[in-house]
Parts: sequence; structure tokens; C-alpha cells
Amino acid sequence: MGNLASIIFTAEFGYAILRVTTPILFAAMAALISDRAGVINIGLEGIMLMGALTGVIGSAFSGSLWIGLISAILGGVLMAMLLAYFSLYLKTDIILGGVALNLMSSGGTIFILYLVAHDKGISSSLKSGVFPQVDIPLIKDIPVVGEIFSGHNILTYIAFLSVLVIYIFLYKTPLGLRIRAVGENKDAAASVGINVRRIQFLALVLSGVLAGFGGAYMSMGYVSWFSRNMTAGRGFIALAAEAMGRGTPLGTMLTSLLFGFADALSNSLQSLRVPAEFVQMIPYIATILGLVVYSNQQKPKKVKGEMEESV
Amino acid sequence: MEEIIRMEGITKVYPNGVVANNQVDFSITEGEIHALVGENGAGKSTLMKVLFGQEQSEEGKIFIRGREVKLTSSQNAIEHGIGMVHQHFMLVPSLTVAENLVLGKEPTKGGFLDFDKAVEITKELSEQYNLIVEPEAKVEDIPVGKKQKVEILKALCRGAKILILDEPTAVLTPQETSELFRELIELKNKGHTIIFISHKLNEVKEICDRVTIMRRGKNVGVFHIDEISTEEISNLMMGKEMSLDIQKKKAEPKEPVLSVDGLSYFNVVGRQVLKDVSFCVRAGEILGVAGVEGNGQKELVEIITGLQVDYRGTINILDRNIDKLSIKGIRGLGVGHIPEDRMTYGVAELASVEENLISNRYDDSNFQNKLLMDTDTIDSWTAKTIDEYIIKTDSSKRLVKMLSGGNIQKVVVARELSTDPKLLIAHQPTRGIDVGAANFIHRKLVDMRDTGAAILLVSADLNEIMDLSDSLIVMYEGEIVAYFEDMSKVTEEELGLYMLGLKRQSEDEIGRCFHA
Repeated sequence: MGNLASIIFTAEFGYAILRVTTPILFAAMAALISDRAGVINIGLEGIMLMGALTGVIGSAFSGSLWIGLISAILGGVLMAMLLAYFSLYLKTDIILGGVALNLMSSGGTIFILYLVAHDKGISSSLKSGVFPQVDIPLIKDIPVVGEIFSGHNILTYIAFLSVLVIYIFLYKTPLGLRIRAVGENKDAAASVGINVRRIQFLALVLSGVLAGFGGAYMSMGYVSWFSRNMTAGRGFIALAAEAMGRGTPLGTMLTSLLFGFADALSNSLQSLRVPAEFVQMIPYIATILGLVVYSNQQKPKKVKGEMEESV
Repeated sequence: MEEIIRMEGITKVYPNGVVANNQVDFSITEGEIHALVGENGAGKSTLMKVLFGQEQSEEGKIFIRGREVKLTSSQNAIEHGIGMVHQHFMLVPSLTVAENLVLGKEPTKGGFLDFDKAVEITKELSEQYNLIVEPEAKVEDIPVGKKQKVEILKALCRGAKILILDEPTAVLTPQETSELFRELIELKNKGHTIIFISHKLNEVKEICDRVTIMRRGKNVGVFHIDEISTEEISNLMMGKEMSLDIQKKKAEPKEPVLSVDGLSYFNVVGRQVLKDVSFCVRAGEILGVAGVEGNGQKELVEIITGLQVDYRGTINILDRNIDKLSIKGIRGLGVGHIPEDRMTYGVAELASVEENLISNRYDDSNFQNKLLMDTDTIDSWTAKTIDEYIIKTDSSKRLVKMLSGGNIQKVVVARELSTDPKLLIAHQPTRGIDVGAANFIHRKLVDMRDTGAAILLVSADLNEIMDLSDSLIVMYEGEIVAYFEDMSKVTEEELGLYMLGLKRQSEDEIGRCFHA
């Protein structure tokens, strides 16, 4: 256990938490914005995965990192629009639509990868750009704090900045007010002439943008290639983070960090002689535990014979 | 005064073939309060939805100030100066009053929401129309009466000159109702026109200038309010003579069937919803529970029927403690329950009438062959019950949700009463259903009482409570604040004082309702 402490209480570990939290945070913000509009985007996993792939392809073919980022976002937006079209216009059940999107993305990315890179596993033949790491002046020179907070990938900073941006967007702008109104009582919103479907469509598109960022980080920040199913459940972990964060930007950021911690722990423990398979379970077990703790504190009452009311 | 709205020949057929409006003409004069009355399913709401742009009619024209208009969305109607206050408030609970008011047309400053301006708009409007609200309070924290004011302000804020109020008094106390009436008259004096949808004919008489009566999708008459009596309105609504009074002889209460002793309950967020409640319901009496909704009645019913556990205190039904009993166990003691929310707890809307009728006795051995259900017995029993309770359906296999509200409620009542329960918990048994069905249910309840059942009647409808109860308790903030052994000595105004917590009986007086 001494080994464990020596791993956790280090600046590198702090740095690692922020690094691995980034994709979860993007996805959790994506979950948040659609959830607040009353549309649960369970397709985040697939959207992120597609974003990761389109980002690599865009970057490799254009030679430009930024076109890569735009491709990733476009990939995410297109997927989100697909879900929005099916659920909002064709009235598919949005949960089933999201599941379908995940399955389609899981297979579809491999298919596209094979077409483009002639490989079913990894995109190493595509030369993709990688987002630069940024040193923050002044802070980088502070001991420990500098090591934890400086020198991150630029997308990591964008992820944490997005929390603030989304907070302001949701609570301080008319559009944010409308999104919250639609999510809470869409009849009320409709009765004052708000186009509910348009707001929900927009929320899903924004959700796609954020998930696209998350995907771009996975394939062009975290690593420099796309590999099959590389999002590895982060889209679902993000949904859990958003639920535990009670749909607030700050709360969701904190719960994302919690899951990031578990993820970082699982990475670090692999250096110890703990079986890798066991260690890799940690983030997922943390998610389950988190949800159990969350639901217990949410609903202490025992209810028999009726569905629990959502609080 | 000039005609402000004219609807001509409105015909609306719903996709399921129900003709909700059949060649309806409707006319409103500027500056009047116009009542629109009719039983449930008579087509009032549909007509108003057409006027508010929420539904499009197949045939007919709408004129506003003599000009024909096409109203294809509520936004459209709002632009023409029509506002609607729905029965179920269209408010967003977690937002403030001011935010709800400006939603959809938010004031901005540099692209951001200008909350101060929203508060200012709210204050101005609130003072202008003398509808007092707190702009910065969250809607979820304010009482029903205030929410309604917010709804009215919301419509006025969007420039409504014509206000449609859908059963506005259904959720109000007598005091709140008279306050609303004062406000409506003030609005009228300021030149607004009000369409007042209601079931309560005495209110219609009190406040309205004219009344339009609808029956079975048709307009059956328009009258100046002085030209017609409540009885005549009621007759036109139902198309037949029917007494509004409930005929019943004096109750002869016997031994207690339900006794509740020292019941306390804390809800999810730790608020005490029931405080040391004790009372008994005796065989052969109807004990009414009056009170503004949300004063613990719902929880009381849920606990007695087993839907809610984790309470403190003792509840005995026929001398059996129900603490360890399941819902089925409690029902097994001879308890029937007419729940408040019929669509959630009363019926399974996607099941047939027959399936709903037998859902509390499907495992009765009479209804079973050795292995499967005995469909012949079930069919004949169902047919008999449908006849007895006059449930209007073309087949017992029809889905319950295709029935009208009154008939759905009859399905619930038929199921709960046909087991001959010794204790019946009737929670809002006639809410939102037509007078005909309500009278039928009332009569059934009185019959049950006469055969010796104990009935706990919880209702927010004062007429129902006062006409039906033999004795009455009043609840306020989770406590019993009054007990009336003899209903004939109680006035509506006095009841209102207790319901609002302005008056309270002594502990001794209240204690009399515990007969053990």
C-alpha cells in the first residue's frame, strides 16, 4: 500500500488525472447540454468514436491539425444530427436510437478505417497531427502546481474552459434559459411559442460538437492514431458523471474528475504487479459504485408498489 | 359593445374518429366575462384549443374583430391577442417567476439574459394589473394561487386582450377564488375579455355576463346570465333533469373500521408532511377530509392504502395492524381504493376495460379454470358489471384509454366497489369528470355507506365534501385542525378559514374524531 500512496501523492498523478479526465469531461458536458434540453443522448460513445476517426482522417489528408479538429467536430455533429432526426422528426425512441448509433459507430468506424487505411485495427498508416501541449507562463514555474496544471494538451484546457462557457450559456443567455425550460416542462415552453423541437435539435447538435472535441482528443491528443473502439465506454461513464453531477456544470466537472481519478489510478497501477485485467476494471467499477452511492442519497425513501418519482 | 371573436361552424374530428366539435358557433363580445360550460367530453376544451391554435379544425372559420384569421399555432393566437391559462399550469418550476414570465421573449443585454430587466417587467405588470407576485421567487416555492397569477401575467405580458381560463378555480380555496374573481373583474374593467371555462355553475352565475352551453360537441344555447337559472344551465348541459343535491338519510355510524393513531410522516426531503394525525372512520359513515391540496391528504391516503411505508404511528383496519402488510394484504382485509390520479394508479390505460375490471381479482378462484383464466365467467361477470355501473363502451375489450374521463373513472369505481369493501378510500373520486358520472358515483358511495361500509372521502371539491360527508375533518399543514361531527352546521366560509389555517379548533374538539 505504501506503493499506492507513492503513486497517488505525486505531481505526475495529478497531471495524469487531468489528462485522462479530458475526454470524459467533454462527453459529460455533451451529456449535460442534451439532458438539460430533455433529450438523453445515450449515443455519446458512438459519436465520440466517430469524431475520433473523422478527426484523424481529416488531419491526415489535409495535413492540418485544425482541419482535423473541424473534421472531428463535423463527424460528431453529423452523428448527433442523425440521432436528432430519428428521434425528434421520425419519433424513434431516443434510447433505442442512441443504442443503434453506438452499434453503427462501433462497426462503421472499422469499416471506414479499412476503406481509408486498409487496416481493421489501427490507423497507423495515416499520418495524423497531434495537438500541442501548452505551458502556462508563471504557473509552470510553481513547484508541484506547475507540474500538475501546466504542460497539458491544449484540448485539456479547452475542456475545462468549456465548463465555464456552458455554465454561462445555460444560466445567463436567453437560449440557455429556453433549453432549461424545454428540458423541464416542454409544454410550458411550447405554450409561449418556443419551438421545442428546434431547441432539442440544437442541444443535440451542441452535444455532438462537444463529443466531437472529446473524440478529437482521444485520437489526436491522448494518442496520435485511431484504434477500434478506442473510446472504451467513456461515453457511458460521462452519462454517469452527468447524472451524479445532477446536471449542473460544476457538479458534473467534479464527478468527471472522480472518474478521471479512477481511470488514472488504473493506468498507474499497471506499473505495480497487479493483474492488468483487474486494474482495467477500476474505472467501470468506480462508475457503478458512483451510481449506487448517487441513487442512494437521491432516494432514501422506500417505495413499494409504485415507480419511484424522479426528484 | 362590439363582437371581438366569432367562430363559425367549427367541426373538429380527432384521428380516432371522435367528433369533438360539430358545427359549433361561438361568439364573444369585447369586455365581457363569458362562461363556457358543459360536461366533460362536451367539446369545450377542443373548441378553446382551436381558438388558441393548438388544434386545427376540419371545418369552420374564426374571425377576430370581423377579420378572418387562420390560427395554426399558439404563437399565432398569441400574436392575435389571445392568451390561455391552462388547467395544468404551463410553468417551469425551477425558474423564477420573472424568468417564467419573459420566457420566449427574454430581455437581453449584450447577448446575455437581462435578469434585472425581467424582474422590472414583472413588477410593472404586476402593479399595473394588481396581480401581486414575487418576481424573484422560484415558481416551485409559491402556492397554487400565486402560480395562477403568474400564468395570467404571462398571458398579459404577451399582449393578450382575450384571456381563456380553463377551470381556474378547480385548485383554489374559497378565499383564493374570491380574490381571483376580484382580479378578473378588474381585468374586465380595464377592457380585457375573459372566457371562463367551468364546471361550477354557481361561480358562473357569480362572475360571468353571458354563458355558452355545450353538449356532445354542439353549442346548445347562449344566454345572458340573468336570463337563466343554474338548474336550467345544468339541464341543458346534461340534456335531462338531474338534481344537484345528493339524497341521503342520516348516517348511523357503528364500530370503527379504520383507526389511525398518532400518524407522522416525513417525506423524501425530510419535511414533516403528517403531524400526529389521529382519527377513526366508522362503519356506516362517510368521513370527509377537506383541505387545500398538498396539506398531507395525499400522503395520508398513500399510507393507509400501503403505497407509502416508513411512517410513525399505528394504523388498524378492523383491528389488524397494517404495518407489516403488503398492498395486497391490506386489500385482503376488505379495503377498496379509488386513487386520485386515475390514469397512473387507477387504470392501465393500454389494457382493456375487462382487464382493468378484474385486475384486483384475476387470481380469484371463480375466475380460473385449473390452469388458465376462465374467460366465459370473466366475460359474463364483466358484462354484468359494465351494465350495473353504466360504463359507456361498445365492447368490454376496448382499451380503457379510448373511453371518456367519466367512464374511465366508472371502471375504477366499479372495480373497487364490486368487491363490497368494508373500508373504501375515495380520493378525489369525481375530479374532472362530468356531472352525470359524478352524480352516479356519489350515489354509489352513499349506497355503500348504507350497506355498512366505512368511507374515507378525500376531496378538494368543497361541494362534494360538503354534500357527501356525514362528518368531516379539515387538514392544514399535515395536521387535523378541525372536526365536525355534524355537517349541517358547517358553512363553506367557515371551512375556508380552517383550510387556510386561519382558524383552529381546540385539541379536545379535534380529539373527538378518534372514536376508539
